[in-house]
Amino acid sequence: MSECNSPFLNRVQEIITDANLSPRQKNLFLALTAEAELPYMPVSEAVKTVMEEGVLCDMFEGHAPFKPRYVLPDYARFLSQGSKHLELEPAKDFDDALNMLTIIYHHVPSVTNIPVYIGQLDDVLMPYIGDLSEDEIHQKLKHFWIMLDRTLPDAFMHANIGPEDNIICRTILRVDAELKQIAPNLTFMYDPAITPDDLLRQAASNICECSKPHIANYPMHAGSYGDRRFGIVSCYNSLPLAGGSNTLVRMNLRRAAAKAKDAKDFLDNVLPACSALMVELIDARSSYLHEQSNFFKGFLTTEGLIEESRFAPMFGIYGMAEAVTDLFEKQGTTVRYGYDEQARQLAHDISAKLAEIVDNSPVKYGLNGRAVLHAQGGISLDTDATPGVRIPYGTEPDPISYVQTTASQHQYYTSGISDILTIDETVKANPEAMYNLCKGALNAGYREFTANVASNDLVRVTGYMVKLSSIAKFAAEGSRTNTTWLGAEASKNTGILDRAPRVVSFESNPVYNPTYS
Amino acid sequence: MDERSNRQALVSRILTFSCVDGPGNRLVLFLQGCNFNCITCHNPHTINHCNHCGDCIATCPTAALTMDERGKVLWHEAQCTNCDKCTDVCTHNANPRIKRYTVMEIRELVRMHRFFLSGVTVSGGEATTQLPFIIELFAALKSDPELKHLTCFIDSNGHLPQSAWEKVSHCLDGAMIDLKSWQNDTHRWLTGRDNHRVIPSIKYLARVGKLHEVRLLHIPGKSDLDTEVEPVAELLNSLPDTVQVKLNAFQHHGVVGEALDWEKCSEAEMNRFHQLLAARTGDRRLTLPRVYL
Ligand code: SF4
Ligand code: SF4
Repeated sequence: MSECNSPFLNRVQEIITDANLSPRQKNLFLALTAEAELPYMPVSEAVKTVMEEGVLCDMFEGHAPFKPRYVLPDYARFLSQGSKHLELEPAKDFDDALNMLTIIYHHVPSVTNIPVYIGQLDDVLMPYIGDLSEDEIHQKLKHFWIMLDRTLPDAFMHANIGPEDNIICRTILRVDAELKQIAPNLTFMYDPAITPDDLLRQAASNICECSKPHIANYPMHAGSYGDRRFGIVSCYNSLPLAGGSNTLVRMNLRRAAAKAKDAKDFLDNVLPACSALMVELIDARSSYLHEQSNFFKGFLTTEGLIEESRFAPMFGIYGMAEAVTDLFEKQGTTVRYGYDEQARQLAHDISAKLAEIVDNSPVKYGLNGRAVLHAQGGISLDTDATPGVRIPYGTEPDPISYVQTTASQHQYYTSGISDILTIDETVKANPEAMYNLCKGALNAGYREFTANVASNDLVRVTGYMVKLSSIAKFAAEGSRTNTTWLGAEASKNTGILDRAPRVVSFESNPVYNPTYS
Repeated sequence: MDERSNRQALVSRILTFSCVDGPGNRLVLFLQGCNFNCITCHNPHTINHCNHCGDCIATCPTAALTMDERGKVLWHEAQCTNCDKCTDVCTHNANPRIKRYTVMEIRELVRMHRFFLSGVTVSGGEATTQLPFIIELFAALKSDPELKHLTCFIDSNGHLPQSAWEKVSHCLDGAMIDLKSWQNDTHRWLTGRDNHRVIPSIKYLARVGKLHEVRLLHIPGKSDLDTEVEPVAELLNSLPDTVQVKLNAFQHHGVVGEALDWEKCSEAEMNRFHQLLAARTGDRRLTLPRVYL
């Protein structure tokens, strides 16, 4: 092996010779490494300082963003109009539609290079079912599902179905429970006014089988974005359809709280000041994408599948649990988030304040000029702060107390909030209990209901699915799926798998870390 | 019912999420006190009511237990860390951590959680030792417009006489009954009581459509549901198809005293028992334990 005498070349060498990564995974890390060699886009000294302190974090999105973080193309439009760029006629039948989707997924960029959104599949496919029988649809969707998992193996890839009852929605639920694959991730939209109870029951019993789907509170999301004008992507990010998110910047509330004298100072001074710096960073990152990268000159935009004006920056926060505990500590009071009413109340006040700040802070490239607030699900490198507004691992109360602790905060997190409830495996013999819990949570104001059944091999580690059995095997053999290595890293750094059956949420690209075991 | 009912129950625990105490998610009330004295009890400290001897007070590391001037042991919940030291030292099979709740208090607790629930289950101890409370609670739930859709279940050892079941059956949706042995002698030895009421309870509840589940406890070499499989199967075959039958394996978890020397019921032993029964009960589904400890 020849001498590599710069950190950059060392890094490249290390990635290229890694025994566990596939060539495709290596390509991704090599590209990230190359981009990181460009100078960071210009930001003020104050922003640099808070980034170094770990108060703000750019999610390792890179130094020179050339693609949005999340893209939600209007696939229904694509099928109905075809594509000049891809030389495709409008879809004529079901096979044609599936084939066209398979093609376009390879042209939808994202932070992970794999499409994070593959469409509201029942809306997208219903116009093409023709007179196909139930069995035929089942066969075709099953093949489609297997294709997705094997060619785009990333649990950030997200399909949406519901809230209406239709053959596509039901068949996808059936296929997903039969195959129990990591990919794609799945959200079922629930609207109490439209969705029949037995369809929600089917979804709830799927959760018992394979910890999918998530159940989205449709009226709540539609209230934020408009009817049928949004999608749930990656893990628990609710974003404008035909748009998406240009960037995600997040604030570690725990580190921010360390700068405050007390809770009042935090709410009145520290949060507004940190938020102003966050907006500056958001503007710097999105300006680069919108003004320099030429991304919005591509065919997705010119053919009307996305609109530049429908991309919003995500204003992420995490570490609420620790921020609340630490702020009380400064006043000499010990509280437990998840158990004490005063802790719940302060968390609520912080969330309300954040929503007010985001509403009143214009950004350069936003949805109606604004960012969207997001309770960020953590990444595999987080060690000192719990994802979003969640109750820390291993200390969670029963699922109903959990819901009652965080429910009032859900209204504020327009672009998603990743609470995950861990349920004992006894629920498998009684899926009706999952149904009850889901209905109760949505009724209490949950924007999205996500549950993980303790004994399932398929579990959520930081929000994407991994197979427990493949985490164990990974260190030795490498993994077929992109997300298993994130899980390996997350479980090593956060002890997730040691605890009570547990999960966290995630939505970042990883940084290359050669020691997994 | 009297709106101001202040009848109280002695409650050892309340769960707002349980998926093993009847259909759907249930709020479960565990009442203190039992009229059996099973050698194999998994929660012996739920059997008796505290006699205020005070023996547990000194063991409490956080001073959550005190004695008042009238000689009653008091429990201060805020100080309690649930370390279980007090129940470990109590030789009277009791628990100082008991709370009193009125019917109205429980009704309001149920209301707070109603969107999460399929219903309410009263368990124990032996729930039916506080039957008047249960009847008032269930009647209160059934007459409340916001709560009347919730199902009301009792988890019981079946020792209640038919005349008492008749008093609760108008507001009862389902009962879950344990059958611990077939022969009266075996039952008396295992539980301290005759079983001459358990089987009639099962039959009565089945007849009035209120039997939800029968649980058969298998203790290898000790209980007799395997050696008496013919009459047991005959009883099961006489029950409506809707009745669930669950096979429970004797385990050591929580058990104290002589039964700790008894053989646990292994998966293989459970499968043997299951086969004996299944061969005689046709299509009826017999639910096996999910885990063996
Ligand atoms: S709980 Fe037991 S030890 Fe404590 S006072 Fe009551 S009877 Fe005595
Ligand atoms: S369980 Fe509570 S009351 Fe009992 S000894 Fe421990 S702290 Fe004291």
